[in-house]
Amino acid sequence: MNDKTFEPTIIGFTCNWCSYRAADTAGTARVKYAPNVRLIRLMCSGRLDPTFVFKAFAGGADGVMVTGCHPGDCHYVEQNYKALRRFILMKRVLVQMGIDPARLKLQWASAAEGVQLAAEINKFVEEVRALGPLHWNLDYQEAVSTPAMEEVTA
Amino acid sequence: MTEKIGVYVCHCGTNIAGTVDVEAVSKWAGEKLAHQGVVVSRDYKFMCSSLGQELIQKDIKEFGLTRVVVGACSPHLHEATFRNACKEGGLNPYLCEMVSVREQVSWVHTDKEAATEKAKALIAGGVARVVHNEALEPLRVPIHADTLVVGGGIAGIQAALEIADAGFHVYLVEREPSIGGHMAQFDKTFPTLDCSACILTPKMVQAGSHPNITLLTWSEVTKVDGYVGNFVVSINKKARYIKTEDCTGCGICWEKCPWKVTDEVFEAGMAKRKAVYVPFPQAVPKYPVIDAVNCAYFLKGTCKACEKFCPTNAIDFEQKDETITVQVGNIILATGYDLFDAKRIPQYGYGRLENVYTNLEFERLCNAAGPTGGSIVLHDGKTAPKTVGIVHCVGSRDQNYNAYCSAICCMQSLKFAHLVHERTGAEVYNFYIDMRTPGKGYEEFYQRLLEEGTHFVRGKVAEVTDFARTPEEEGKLIIQVEDTLIGKQRRIPVDMVVLSAGLQPRHDAKEVGKMFGIACSSDGWYIERHPKLDPVATMTEGVFIAGCVQGPKDIPASVAQGAGAAARVLGKIQQKEIALEPVRASINEAQCSGCRICNGLCPFSAILFHEDKMVSEINPALCQGCGTCVAACPAGAISGTCFSNEQILSQIEGLLLLNLDVKEAAAA
Repeated sequence: MNDKTFEPTIIGFTCNWCSYRAADTAGTARVKYAPNVRLIRLMCSGRLDPTFVFKAFAGGADGVMVTGCHPGDCHYVEQNYKALRRFILMKRVLVQMGIDPARLKLQWASAAEGVQLAAEINKFVEEVRALGPLHWNLDYQEAVSTPAMEEVTA
Repeated sequence: MTEKIGVYVCHCGTNIAGTVDVEAVSKWAGEKLAHQGVVVSRDYKFMCSSLGQELIQKDIKEFGLTRVVVGACSPHLHEATFRNACKEGGLNPYLCEMVSVREQVSWVHTDKEAATEKAKALIAGGVARVVHNEALEPLRVPIHADTLVVGGGIAGIQAALEIADAGFHVYLVEREPSIGGHMAQFDKTFPTLDCSACILTPKMVQAGSHPNITLLTWSEVTKVDGYVGNFVVSINKKARYIKTEDCTGCGICWEKCPWKVTDEVFEAGMAKRKAVYVPFPQAVPKYPVIDAVNCAYFLKGTCKACEKFCPTNAIDFEQKDETITVQVGNIILATGYDLFDAKRIPQYGYGRLENVYTNLEFERLCNAAGPTGGSIVLHDGKTAPKTVGIVHCVGSRDQNYNAYCSAICCMQSLKFAHLVHERTGAEVYNFYIDMRTPGKGYEEFYQRLLEEGTHFVRGKVAEVTDFARTPEEEGKLIIQVEDTLIGKQRRIPVDMVVLSAGLQPRHDAKEVGKMFGIACSSDGWYIERHPKLDPVATMTEGVFIAGCVQGPKDIPASVAQGAGAAARVLGKIQQKEIALEPVRASINEAQCSGCRICNGLCPFSAILFHEDKMVSEINPALCQGCGTCVAACPAGAISGTCFSNEQILSQIEGLLLLNLDVKEAAAA
């Protein structure tokens, strides 16, 4: 693995109306971007439970990308603002957990912005690549498998 | 109970198989995901074909499948197809999950190995998720039979008439005092040279007098609530200061009104109108409007000439704006376009050089009901031009302004050239980049113009100037252009220049779109549900678009879209109810602590709080399924169908399954 460039794994959350459509638009237009991102469709960025983000990091993701409609364009009036609030909060919590907050990115993308979304994905992949692997899942496994932890969790 | 899952990976010809090793993905899923319940995994050339669908149905029976995962195109394209296939096969349609390995993998990646690995990961995510899918029934919502049509141009009129003729009620809302739109301003239509007003006004009259159409001119939509089948729309009826029930449209008021104002809308600034006016003689409805901004009574408190002379006492200076609320099941937006502002290209001299006109101004100049009674004359009002230059693509096909082609300007410019020939005998130069005549009878019209002797110069005009270099250029407008067919710079002196300004989205298209819950493309036109196969529907159920709001188009295309949108609406009305995705949130009363955090989060006020029981409850009729409350509930008491926590958390695990393998392998 050391002789190869590190390929980060990124989990992306999209909303059904704008950013998932942007990904479709990128696809239809054959816009190329890095294969490191794996997208999950939600109805709205407001559906994003912070647990999802931490679950992704705990499961082995090196970066998480949250996407949604541009402010003011939300299909559900204003729920992307709630995603924005949670995003800011999550960044703070990540710091407390010892994770570089730069591993979490928020990106607005309208249904027409396939090219822009692809460019932002590429940018984020490079940023996370520069940060290196997170291995939070492995560290976490180690942490819970210490005798002290086992005692607590038993 | 352990689920029995069937996985199907589509080749989509070479669309997917060209970049993803489809066989390897399906084989991998069959082996590696067997412990998750995958009992059968197949790949097939075209899963969406009837044979592909039968494959699923056969397996449902043979293997007793309880879940299906299809790796193919975007769910926005074929989710309905595969859900239906499952339903036909006896499986609840919501137990089928689609994974986009075309739009999100094969079409956007080039490295076959990486693309195949990603496709495996996405399938693993789908498999992990589908286990938690629930059997659901679509929500059935009744459709209100009335329809709202916004915009009274030709597209809106056509749509309204089609629906009204079918026996259903339509509210036709128009911002201006009369319906008719841009088409009412034109003189002739290409390529048949029909008189525009002659073919439009019968339709306007029909719309104005139709028993099933409520015409609301001088009105604007201010608020839209609700959802498909049951929209509640607020419309502001601006004060006309005319009692329409008494007005006969006799015209004495505008005859007697002493105040003249330049008509910037209908006459494109080419003529004056009175402060009380109808925009044009054939206006529908016939009632005038008092323009309060320019009326002497509203400005100075005196005059009231119209009131004095009105034979039926129909003038009412006390009238106020009135807001009415209507309930409709569907909405058609046909709000049209704005003309590109030619002043943005200063080197063409519009607004600075007297004899430079825009296409809309020239339409009025040609029009028998226009400022010159239809004679094509220079700014002095009497001299006929000897040479006329018509510039195509003004503000269109130009990276500095609008990159798109405005579709109608070539044909409109040819029409102008013909009219100039016919009426003045002047020499006409058309300056074009490419000649685009893709319509029935359009190319033939172009040939006719070539035979009439119009000069065609292929090149983008650099400048229009009155700065003469030679005696022949003195007193003329000189068009500087590179004639790309002979490879030379030319200076062509003309008496009159017509700029074929392009079409652009309405200045308020974005705000209006937001009000109706639809989005604009990067150019600003409204986005259709599918650019090829669903051009009049939008992503918002029950909201349709027709005419130039969707993109530049000519009259026949606008009429076709108006009729098309009407057909879609009629189909919905006839069904009487619509099946909606059962994506809804609900609260488990036993788990709800009554903290009320969710209450304030819902933009649709769908969450009620029961003081007596100290729990919140979601009204499923109002819930739109965004899931924000589900994410916010600290007690985990709210669950959302189709996007439950279990589904998404499992999908995350599934997506990372492959990754974990690699990392663990590396660690080991």
